[in-house]
Amino acid sequence: MELIYNILEAVLPFEFMQYTFMKNAFLAIMLISPIYAILGTMIVNKKMAFFSDALGHSALTGIAIGILLGITNINISMIIFAIIFALLLNMVKNKTSYGADTIISVFSSIAIAIGLAILAQSGSFNKYSSYLIGDVLSISKTEIIYLAIAFVLVLVFWCTLFNKLNAVSINPTLAKSKGINVKLLENVFAIVIAIMVMISIRWVGILLINSIMILPAASSRNIAKNMRSYHGFSVLFALFSGIAGLIISYYTNIPTGPMIVILLGAIYFITLSMKKLVNK
Amino acid sequence: MEACGLHCTKIKNISVKIENQVIIKDVTFDVHCGELTMIIGRNGAGKSTLLKAILNEIEHDGTVEFIDMKEKKNSKIKIGYVPQTLNIERNMPTSVYDMCASYISDKPVFLKKNKELYEKIKANLKLFGAEKLIDQRVGNLSGGELQRILLSIATYPIPNLLILDEPVSGVDINGTRDFYEILSNLKDKYDMSIILVSHDLELVKKYADKVILLDKGVKKQGTAKEVFDSKEFKESFGF
Repeated sequence: MELIYNILEAVLPFEFMQYTFMKNAFLAIMLISPIYAILGTMIVNKKMAFFSDALGHSALTGIAIGILLGITNINISMIIFAIIFALLLNMVKNKTSYGADTIISVFSSIAIAIGLAILAQSGSFNKYSSYLIGDVLSISKTEIIYLAIAFVLVLVFWCTLFNKLNAVSINPTLAKSKGINVKLLENVFAIVIAIMVMISIRWVGILLINSIMILPAASSRNIAKNMRSYHGFSVLFALFSGIAGLIISYYTNIPTGPMIVILLGAIYFITLSMKKLVNK
Repeated sequence: MEACGLHCTKIKNISVKIENQVIIKDVTFDVHCGELTMIIGRNGAGKSTLLKAILNEIEHDGTVEFIDMKEKKNSKIKIGYVPQTLNIERNMPTSVYDMCASYISDKPVFLKKNKELYEKIKANLKLFGAEKLIDQRVGNLSGGELQRILLSIATYPIPNLLILDEPVSGVDINGTRDFYEILSNLKDKYDMSIILVSHDLELVKKYADKVILLDKGVKKQGTAKEVFDSKEFKESFGF
């Protein structure tokens, strides 16, 4: 880790890089942004933006249930709850003929209500209210190592299963006729999103996590022509806004998360107008 | 190659219930190789459900058997499927290469294009006169172009049974004629059995080798003339 710090200082000899919390935040953003950018491409294609949003909201419930059950490591209770939540959503969605958005909304509201109720009742809401906004500047060395492991695992997952996921998103029946296990794949994808959202929610915040997942891909979609440029632009936008957001927030005292999302929002509208111009 | 008539797909007693409602019941018929079997029926007759059951996508009773009489054995059937619609919007950044590669290969399409795979897909598209479309966005294709691409995916590798769900909507007359010519070549060249669901009775009259009238079960089967002249046909369509 020291080696990486030294490299960072050597490559980026700026004032803000002297601080360890800035180095950590920088590394965290370098890891989180690309993962979200690539997962986001498929979430946008599959029209699951609302799904990942609901997952983010379920974090509070995970914490609350963890406290109720006396689980000390809240990360574990959040991840387990999010996985159950995601699988349950998938199951209900497949079994009924209601629109997915209604079902997700029902689940999401119940989850957040239960979470708030338990946290407020046990008097621990204030302790966890920071999860709403998140704080990337408080990330520690060990947590960065966890993120790095997740980063590698998601990349491996993406390289081995992306084509199948894409096939399912284009037409599930066609995918099935090619021997792809559609249900299993959808569940695995939901679990991966659930885990990623939960391990990074403390740094990104419940309110903003979905923007960071959706906006890079949505912007990229405005200008990309194929899967390669779709992924490329998405990762580029995410990294640029992440790092620029961090630096701007250092000099202006604006919290990092909101600053990143503001930049991503600006990129979205710039790409949207580029698309309009091209289509004219 | 002439149709050998020695391969047969037996659809036996297929029944589907969804939420306690019987959608189709005891559907039984045979499909012979080199034959274009067209399924007709009013809206809600269970045509799409039957296809999904044959594809094993939904829970169902009954069996689909593939019998190779040349080798006198039952073998595992390979089914190709051409869907009615795709979940692709106009601005979706999916090229024809991306889509084809996703269905036939595991080499991730978000990384650099794989040259070998690219050539393979191109050669396959060429069989359907669609090789020039390989770098186009799927969302920008016309109905006829998209059908050719989907056919190229469904027939790679060559299946025993090809299933098409209402394939010719939004395609002009020439496009439709070309499409049925392609199908006709396929069934002759590869001895393929084809099941096609259609709403267009004129097309059915013109191209079907065999017609199946479906209304929860098989009401009538035979040549187009036999089925169209039957009283079951008149009852079902209310003519």
